[in-house]
Amino acid sequence: MSNSNYSSTSSSTHRLIKNKNGSVKRNELRGKVVVYSCAVLIIIATIAITLFLTIKGLQSFIVNGVNVGEFLTGLTWSPSGEGDVAYGAFPFIFGSFSVTFLAALFAAPLGIGSAIFMTEIAKTWGQKVLQPVIEILVGIPSVVYGLIGLTVIVPLIREHSSGIGFSLLAGMIVVGVMILPTVTSISADALKSIPQDIKDASYGLGATRWQTIYKVILPAAMPSLATAVVLGMARAFGEALAVQMVIGNSKALPESITDQAATLTSIITLSMGHTTYGSLHNNLLWSLGLILLVMSYVFIIIIRFISSRRKV
Amino acid sequence: MKKFKSLAIMFTFVLVMGVLAACGGGNDNSSNGNGGEEGSSEAVSGSIIVGGSSALQPLAAAAVEQFQQNNPDAQIDVQGGGSGTGLSEVAAGNFDIGNADYFAESKEGIEASELVDHKVAVVGMTAAVNAEAGVTDISKEDLIKVFTGEVTNWKDVGGEDMEIQLVNRPDGSGTRATFNEFGLDGATPAEGITEDSSNTVKKIVNDTPGAVGYLAFSYFDDSDSNVKKMAIDGVEATDENVKTGDFPIWAYEHMYTKGEPEGLEKAFLDYMMSDEIQTSLVPEQGYIAASEMKVERDAEGNQSDL
Repeated sequence: MSNSNYSSTSSSTHRLIKNKNGSVKRNELRGKVVVYSCAVLIIIATIAITLFLTIKGLQSFIVNGVNVGEFLTGLTWSPSGEGDVAYGAFPFIFGSFSVTFLAALFAAPLGIGSAIFMTEIAKTWGQKVLQPVIEILVGIPSVVYGLIGLTVIVPLIREHSSGIGFSLLAGMIVVGVMILPTVTSISADALKSIPQDIKDASYGLGATRWQTIYKVILPAAMPSLATAVVLGMARAFGEALAVQMVIGNSKALPESITDQAATLTSIITLSMGHTTYGSLHNNLLWSLGLILLVMSYVFIIIIRFISSRRKV
Repeated sequence: MKKFKSLAIMFTFVLVMGVLAACGGGNDNSSNGNGGEEGSSEAVSGSIIVGGSSALQPLAAAAVEQFQQNNPDAQIDVQGGGSGTGLSEVAAGNFDIGNADYFAESKEGIEASELVDHKVAVVGMTAAVNAEAGVTDISKEDLIKVFTGEVTNWKDVGGEDMEIQLVNRPDGSGTRATFNEFGLDGATPAEGITEDSSNTVKKIVNDTPGAVGYLAFSYFDDSDSNVKKMAIDGVEATDENVKTGDFPIWAYEHMYTKGEPEGLEKAFLDYMMSDEIQTSLVPEQGYIAASEMKVERDAEGNQSDL
């Protein structure tokens, strides 16, 4: 990339001498068009997806006359006409949020802790060893996390609890490990961006390293660290495959952390292929998708809000 | 500059192509099969898409493989996606043949009168139970109690003192619909683990003491020390008992076409129904030949002798 940049600048100066400004202007325009069209395409794609999902997701309320309140708070889900039709999605909304928050609870301390280790405690060693390890963790596909969860964590929980192993707890551990690299790498970037002056000032006042980390660096980096955790949560909320493999996908509300549960994503992936287009069941799954989209917008707004309050 | 320009052009081109491809799609994969009219012994050519039910996918794929050996010019694509997808896509004209585990009439949103049903096979299903539960023969009444959550311990239905763990298939699944209708007489099963694939159900039943789910016969084999077939009301879950109508839980595997099949569609469906497939490949893959059934069922589930 840098190579082509170099050659482009050298050849344009070359032409600048040859024929004044005609082709330069044209090149300017060309570059502009390419960059602008990329930007416009992405914006159009985002708007298109949002519109499409909104239209599809509202079908069940408009066409099928589903009550929004009942949809969001109802406890029974039976959309395909077994017995009475019921469309309460609350257990899945609850499941998605519990998995997300529990995973964040698990990943935030671990991620921020290892970021501190990497940037403040063992700078060279940490960045040489821990950084690649975290990058590898990012690259592992979610189905592999799911498989490991299924063969290691589920039996482990089964042996140590009264339940069957497939549980909220298993989902939380798997998703927690999955979002750990996201949280760690963004936290590390945040900590690295703290100016050296602040740290020097703290040391100059006679603070120990731990006091500096705890009283100076962490508060200064707090908004960025919060962003890291929220980004991790956004990923956890949307994760489907790995969660579906270990959580048990029971449509009832979980009674304890070792009980089976279901998430919005796992219900969509489980049922989508079994529904016919335009049926109530299919439309309801789109409505679940709409909830996911709205939530991802909420996460983005939270991140924007936090970063606007950044101090450093 | 040249390098940058060509890069830019290529990049824009890729973007535009991507958008065009996303907008296009749809109707350009309709059947263009010819032949067929000249007699079924003639090799046919063309290309069609067969897709839907994951339960029927292995049989369809195996049949296509053999079919293409005889007809090297015929291009048949086999896809999964679920029975709902199969019905929707064939009704929309995107699949030439849509596979489904249930009658199109049983699903809303499908114009069943436009679709022509081809019952290519029958599949028997029964409850799959973990061996430690100690129950391999159950009355239908008790089976319903087990699956509706009325009893929660195997000792109440004559087994070991062990908690019952239900393993369900998702709403809308053909296997679930069939099991509920003919195994549970229409009762809705209680909540439990829900898994999308029969292989996962089998694995969970195998690994979890006291677990019970339901599987097509083809998923049971003798090596499964832990996954046991459940006999119902003393009737063993065997192909023979399904053929005579004694064992109640079975379903047709349907291949639907939009309108009467023609060309390559017809040639392939004729091949599916031929003795060559029905007597060898169908039983090999764990299905029951539709032609050997001594009873039949209509879309409402009414059974009658043939």
